[in-house]
This record gives sequence, C-alpha cells and structure tokens, in this order.
Amino acid sequence: MIIFKRQTTEKTMQWLFFTIAAASIVILIMIMIFLFIEGIPIFKKISIINFIFGKYWYPTSSPPDFGILPLITASIVVTFLSSLIAVPLGVMTAIYLSEIASTTMREIVKPVVEMLAALPSVVIGFFGMVVFAPFLQETFDIATGLNMFNASIMLAFMAIPTICSISEDAISSVPKTLKEASLSLGATHFETITRVVLPAALSGITTGVILGMARVIGETMVVLMVAGGAALMPSSIFDPVRPMPASIAAEMAEAPFRGDHYFALFATGIVLFIFTFAFNMIADYISNKYKQSGERV
Amino acid sequence: MEKTLKLSSQNLNFYYGTVQALHDISLDFYSNHVTALIGPSGCGKSTFLRCINRMNDLIPETKVDGKIIFDGQDIYAHSLDVVLLRKRIGMVFQKPNPFPKSIFENVAYGLKVNGIRDKRLISETVEESLIKSALWDEVKDRLYESALSLSGGQQQRLCIARALAVSPEILLMDEPASALDPIATQKIEDLILQLKELYTIIIVTHNMQQAARVSDFTAFFYMGKLIEMDDTETLFTRPKLKQTEDYITGRFG
Amino acid sequence: MQNIYFHKRRKIVEKIFFGIFRLSSAINALALFIIIYFIVGKGMQAISWTFLTEMPTDSMTKGGILPCIIGTFILSLCSIGIAFPIGVSSAIYLNEYAKSGTVLRIIRLCINNLAGVPSVVFGLFGLAFFVIWLNLGVSLISGSLTLAVLTLPVIIGATEEALKAVPHTYREASLALGATKWQTIYKVVLPTALPGILTGGILGLARAAGETAPIMFTAAVFYNPSLPSSIFSKIMALPYHIYVLATAGTEIEKTRPLQYGTALVLIVLVLGMNLIAIIYRSKLRRRMR
Repeated sequence: MIIFKRQTTEKTMQWLFFTIAAASIVILIMIMIFLFIEGIPIFKKISIINFIFGKYWYPTSSPPDFGILPLITASIVVTFLSSLIAVPLGVMTAIYLSEIASTTMREIVKPVVEMLAALPSVVIGFFGMVVFAPFLQETFDIATGLNMFNASIMLAFMAIPTICSISEDAISSVPKTLKEASLSLGATHFETITRVVLPAALSGITTGVILGMARVIGETMVVLMVAGGAALMPSSIFDPVRPMPASIAAEMAEAPFRGDHYFALFATGIVLFIFTFAFNMIADYISNKYKQSGERV
Repeated sequence: MEKTLKLSSQNLNFYYGTVQALHDISLDFYSNHVTALIGPSGCGKSTFLRCINRMNDLIPETKVDGKIIFDGQDIYAHSLDVVLLRKRIGMVFQKPNPFPKSIFENVAYGLKVNGIRDKRLISETVEESLIKSALWDEVKDRLYESALSLSGGQQQRLCIARALAVSPEILLMDEPASALDPIATQKIEDLILQLKELYTIIIVTHNMQQAARVSDFTAFFYMGKLIEMDDTETLFTRPKLKQTEDYITGRFG
Repeated sequence: MQNIYFHKRRKIVEKIFFGIFRLSSAINALALFIIIYFIVGKGMQAISWTFLTEMPTDSMTKGGILPCIIGTFILSLCSIGIAFPIGVSSAIYLNEYAKSGTVLRIIRLCINNLAGVPSVVFGLFGLAFFVIWLNLGVSLISGSLTLAVLTLPVIIGATEEALKAVPHTYREASLALGATKWQTIYKVVLPTALPGILTGGILGLARAAGETAPIMFTAAVFYNPSLPSSIFSKIMALPYHIYVLATAGTEIEKTRPLQYGTALVLIVLVLGMNLIAIIYRSKLRRRMR
C-alpha cells in the first residue's frame, strides 16, 4: 500500500512539473496569437506586399501611409553596422578570455563583460543621447548626433556580451588535446588558435553571432532614444532613422485604440517577431548540429 | 649497437603549485633507441615525458628546476624558442587526437604552419609520412575524407604520421596504445620497432609486456622518483632493487 | 637562412594579434568605464536625501524620485514573485524528469525563442493580453505579469545551471537509500542547488528592474501623484522616468541633472544586484570544483 501511494505522488509531481514547464510553449503561442489578433486587421486596409514594401510611413496624415520598408531597412542596416563592430570585438575578447588571459585578468575582464550585458538599455540609450551624440555632432560637424551611426555603436556594446560569452563557451569546449597536438607539431599559439581552435569552435561562434544580432534587431530603448526617429530611407550612416522597435514604442501611446495606426504597429511587431524568431531558429539549428558533431571530435 | 647521447635530464624537479611531482630525475636517452618509462599511475612518468617538449608550460602554476640538455642546449634556458623545440621533438598522445580535418590536412598541418608552401613537396611528405606510419595502403584512396572517419587504431597511426611529417629528431609517445584493441596495439608496436631506425623514441606505458617488447632501455618511476634505469632485458630479468622487482613481478602497482 | 626570418615573422604576427585581442578586451572595459564615469560623475550632483525620499514637484522639474524607486521595487519583486516558482519548476522538469525526445526539444526551443523575443514585443503582448483582453488595465499587475514572462527564461536558465552542478552521485546515493525521485529532488537536489537558484532569482530581479519597453504600454505612467495603493494602480518606474524626462519633458535641458540622478539610482540598483550575483556565483563555482 505504501508503495502504491508513493507511486501516485511521484506521478502527480511529474505531471505537475511537466504542466508548468509547458507554460513556456503556451506563452510563446499566446504571444503569436495576440500579435496576430491585433495586427491582422490592418491587412484589410492595405495588402501585405504594400505594407512591407511601401516606402512611406505617414501613419497620422490623411490619408495615412502604412509602408514599413524604411523601418525594416533601418533595422537591418543598424543591425549590420553594429555587427561590423560587435562581431570582431566580441569574438576577439572571447579568444582573449579563453586562450590568452591569465587567471587574474580573466577574473577582471569576465565580470566587465557581464556588467556590460547588465546595463539597462535605457541607460545606454541615455548615454548615447546626452554624451555620445553631442560628441559626434562636434567631431564630425553634422546636423544631429542622433543617427544611425550612434545607434549602431551603442547597440554594438549591447551585442558584444552575447557574442563574447557564447563564443567563449564554444572556444573553451574545444578539446585541450587538439591544442596540444597542434603545439607539439611546432605551431605557435596564434597559429593553433586560428587553424585548430577557431575552426573547431566555428558553429558555436556562429550561434553567438546570430543571437547577438537577434538582440540588436529587437533592442528598443537604444534605437528609440538615439537613432534620430526619421522614418525615411537612409542615404548615409549619419542619417537619422527609425527602426521597427522605435516606431512601435514611440507611437503606440498616441495611436487611437484599435484604429488603423494601432493595428499597423502590431503588424510591425509581427514582422519584428518573425525576424527574431528566424534568427533564433537558425541559431538553434546550428547549435544542435554542433552538439552532434561535437561528440565525434 | 653504438650509443649516442641524444637528450639528458639532469636533476629535474617539477611542481604542480606546491606539490612536487618529480624529484631529482637524471636520465639519459640515446639516438635510435627506444626508452620506455614504466611505473604505476600517478608515478610521474607522463609528467616527465611532457617536460621534454615543455607541454607542461600550458598548465598554469607549474614550476620546473633542473636541466634537460638536448643537443648541448638546456631546453629550459630563457633564450630557447619553445616553438622550434617542439618541431624537433614530436609527440603522440594517449588518445588519438586527429584534427577535425581531412586525412591529408592532418599530416600537412605541421608543414604548413612551418611555412612550406610548395604543393608537391607537401604531398610527397604526406605520402612518405603515411608510408612510414604504415597507414598509406589503407588511406591512399581516401586522403580527403575526414580523419574522424578512421578507426581508433588508424587514427593513432595518422597522429604518428602527423608527428613524423615535420621530421622530428625525438618522438615522445604517451601510452600510445592504451586506448586501442590488441590488433591495433600490435601494429603500433611493430611500427615503433621500425621507427627507431630513424628516430629517438621515448614511450610511456603502463603495460610491462609492451615495454619489454619494444624498448631497449627501461626506466622505472615510482612516486615521482626515478627508481631504476637499465637496459630492458637486465631490468626485467635481474633488477637491482627490490622495489623494481616487486613492481615487475606484479606484487604492487 | 630564410627559415629563421620566417620564424621571426611568425613570432611577430603572434605578438601583433595577441596585442589586438588584448586591446579589444580593453575596449569593452573602457566602454563600461566611460558610461559609468559619466552617469556617476554627473548623477552624484543630483543625489541627495530629498532626491531619494520625496515626491516630484513643480511638474517634475524639482523634487525627488521616491515613487519611481518604490514603483521599480514593487514591479520587479512582483514579477519575480510570479516568474520564480514557474521558472524553477520548469527547470526541475527539464533537468530532473524530462527524457530527451521531441517534447523536451520543443520545450527547449520555445524557451530559447522566448528569451529572444524583443522587449517591445513583450510590451505589445502585455498590452493586448493583460491590459485589454484580461481587462487588467494599465496597472502594476499587468506590468508585473509582462515582466514575469520576460524574466522566465533567465530564471529557467540559471536554475538549470544550478541543478546541473549538483553531482550525480548525490542523486544516486539518495535513490539507493530507497527515496523516491521527488524526495530526492526535494531533500537532496534542491538544497544543494539553492544558492545557485537564488543567484538566478537576483539576476532575474535585476533584469526586470532595468527593462523599459515592456512596461511602457502596460504599467508605467509619466506622473502619478500618489504612491501605488493596489495591484491596479498605475505606477512610476525608474527606467521609464529616465526615458520620459530625457525625451518628452518640456524642459529637457533643465531636468538633465534629475535624469542623470535617476540613471545613477537605476544602475546602482541593477549593477549592484548583478555584482552580488556574479561574485556569489564565482564563489559557488569555485566551491563546486
């Protein structure tokens, strides 16, 4: 009898924990459902093609224009520019941490990177606005320091911790004996890093880069505060832009409840969600493939 | 056979942090001979082997004193370039550790990092090394397949070929057959006997039969100390010390 | 001897690149230092007892930020109160019960994706679901629930790490004595992993305290003359306060010291919690070795 009772408790606990763990699935699905419920109605007014490829975003004029191409372009360009800075810096810092740094330096630099990750985005945005923008304006003699260039740099420092910590894990998990084999053949430490360690860690590093980019494209406060806000196609890196998250955050408060503008902002949210979802799926795919081949190495 | 001194360790001490792992090791190694280092686990034989190509440099908080003289030069001298040293002293590891690259690239690796660009020279050397390591016939048709597709024994012979490609003078082998089955082990042992014509070989093994089969000299380590060193036949048949006799007759270890 | 020149070049290349690697690490430290330097340097001038303990006055151009501090505390504590039990239970399922297979794979995929959802999309979800559909309005509870969803992956991740660090032999020893799986988890695994799990809680708390976009449409208001009195109150919060003062006020230049001051309070709060977690965790990791 006791055995029977204990078995029942066991089964109950297992089911309880499973149900709670399944909450993550439910939440993700609900996020999608509610984005669609509030976003789809805009497509009664404008076709998906015209929405995504429309060049003009004038949601409050009459008649309004709901083309988010300038917003998508801004998001993509800002993500690309910040990756140009964040990928080399993040990966090189990861190499430094896992291969070169002494134990003491590691214990200093690693918390620095973690603190950088922990800085609230509104603080980075604020810094970009009140310190970095005036500096840019004076140095480059431009109309406004609140522009794509500024936003890209601020965002780069938000992506670096992600790229760095995932790359560091990947580099550290390269078997030590591969490194020793390379060194024992008379390769220098640097040659060992570039020819053996990095190729073996490549998929992990790629995962880190993609997740870093996902963080940048979805980041809101920084682009809201420092990107300049102009919903126009950029022609220079010093142009002000309005990436998707900035548009949503800035306009939602003023958009009439369940009006076209409101629906259009939710639809922008759908596009943004699809972007980050795609980034995450790719990262997941790569890191899973890596796990399987990792066992063979 | 004539004995030429190739490498000699003089009063070598080694420390992991505050723990002394090797005590005052003095040992000579001769050209074209195989020296086996035997002893129970943790006796310091592998640590000693890794001192010879300074592989222990990679472990933080370790310290060496004493000398290892290689061709008249102390390898722990400040002016010595450890990268050039390691090119001259090759190493084969306990578990086969081919790079996740093709068979060809594995063997060509050492040549490429050492600045050899001539494609013909590279492929000649790769072939020559694979022949020397008795692997050529098995892989000549699949040189561009991943090295990870080979069996364990083949992988280990590939690692030997990889070490031979940079023409080392000494070959260090750290229990090279311990992860292999008896047939693959047999092949590695045959190979060692062939390779000693060309190289000075130092092999760590926990298998006393293996030491008896392949080596000319045997050194017995115990608790970080060199207990006895002699030519293999003498050491195994007429050991001078009781401790050695106990170990080789299997009374402890 | 061409070989010697080649070898020298290899050494130089190595030196140069290692220098670059060092430099790139230093750039991160420099960036962190510069940001903190400006915020602390200028923020200190605004900080006073009045600033921390009084209500804003003169349409936000003077006075203190007490309601923001209280608002942020309540918001993040409530959201962790919701997310912590769910997150820890999820991690227990994933690490202790689940067998690898399709179900586990799907749950993990969803958690990874949840971690990657942009914060503004969480804001949209909170608006559509909690504020409108559940009719909770713009309120403390809507904001807390939205932040709870956002911090859930953080807590799951940290808890899983803590559970993984519990040696397998502990579980085996307990099971071998005839304990059931749940008894083993409750009496052996969780107590051992507790410090690590709490660290995860602190990290989640810090994350929730620093987020702006998710509370913009769900909980935060620019100004509320009274402190929050129920879970349906609209509240003021530090991050939103910084944003509004810096971008939307009528006298942006005049309130700059207040902006710096608020930013300083926020980073002290967030980085302080993170620092505690980082130091604590590195101690734990050392002990586990």
